[in-house]
Amino acid sequence: MLKQLTYVQVWVHDQDEALAFYTDKLGMELREDVTVPEMGNFRWLSVGVPGQDVSITLMAIPGPPVFDEDTRKQIQDLLAKGAAGGLFFTTDDVRSAYEDLKGRGVEFTQEPTEQPYGLDAGFRDASGNHFRMTQAS
Amino acid sequence: MTTLVHPARHLLRARDLADARYPDDLDVPALARAARMSPAHFSREFRRTFGEPPHRYLLTRRLERAAALLRNTDRSVLEICLDVGLQSVGSFTTAFGRAFGLSPAAYRAAHPPAATRVRIPTCVLQAYARPQPSTNGEDGRARRA
Repeated sequence: MLKQLTYVQVWVHDQDEALAFYTDKLGMELREDVTVPEMGNFRWLSVGVPGQDVSITLMAIPGPPVFDEDTRKQIQDLLAKGAAGGLFFTTDDVRSAYEDLKGRGVEFTQEPTEQPYGLDAGFRDASGNHFRMTQAS
Repeated sequence: MTTLVHPARHLLRARDLADARYPDDLDVPALARAARMSPAHFSREFRRTFGEPPHRYLLTRRLERAAALLRNTDRSVLEICLDVGLQSVGSFTTAFGRAFGLSPAAYRAAHPPAATRVRIPTCVLQAYARPQPSTNGEDGRARRA
């Protein structure tokens, strides 16, 4: 049977920009950054929350031979529209994390707000991916 | 580092503003400024990108939040109307009835206490529970409320 979740994939508009955002702004650590010439310079780029083994692969949206140009464009459109998914995090202190991230220029979609399940806040990366951090009550 | 920004990303920022600032005195020109577009161009592009005009998105966001407050709090209908950024309780009641098929008071009575329901992240709730445009015709009156 399945044993463990190891990676989740996130589409990004620009890998360099995403790497800077996820590490410098969100405080994640770089896990892998490997470019493979025989795969058309495919770049496997992953980051993660320090102390947790699950990694996030920051995946550029590929053109041919992976996707035809129409498909690539559709994914780019969905990403920019905020329709390409998101990630949920926990934190011990939403208000302090909010102040930290806001100070680093992170674009918030929701300030820390009391919810039935705790206190949470929402934000986005430059590509349009949505994130939520929750402090359980 | 300079990266070309997808045009829809600016529209998404405006939609995020509607989701975040619906309690405030927010209108289409303010949303258009967030997207760095003229109001007319913004309305066209928003509709093309998200499938409905921005004023309707904002109204249905307000109605969705009002429904959540009716289910989750004991605040009065008037208070909730003002909480979600609408000024006229008459227009609010009319728009709410068109969207949900019940008056605000009847809607509240039809739902079990919040504590008995599963805890779903609010961003998920907001995405799924917003009333559909087709059930919410004649939104102009509430918009001008």
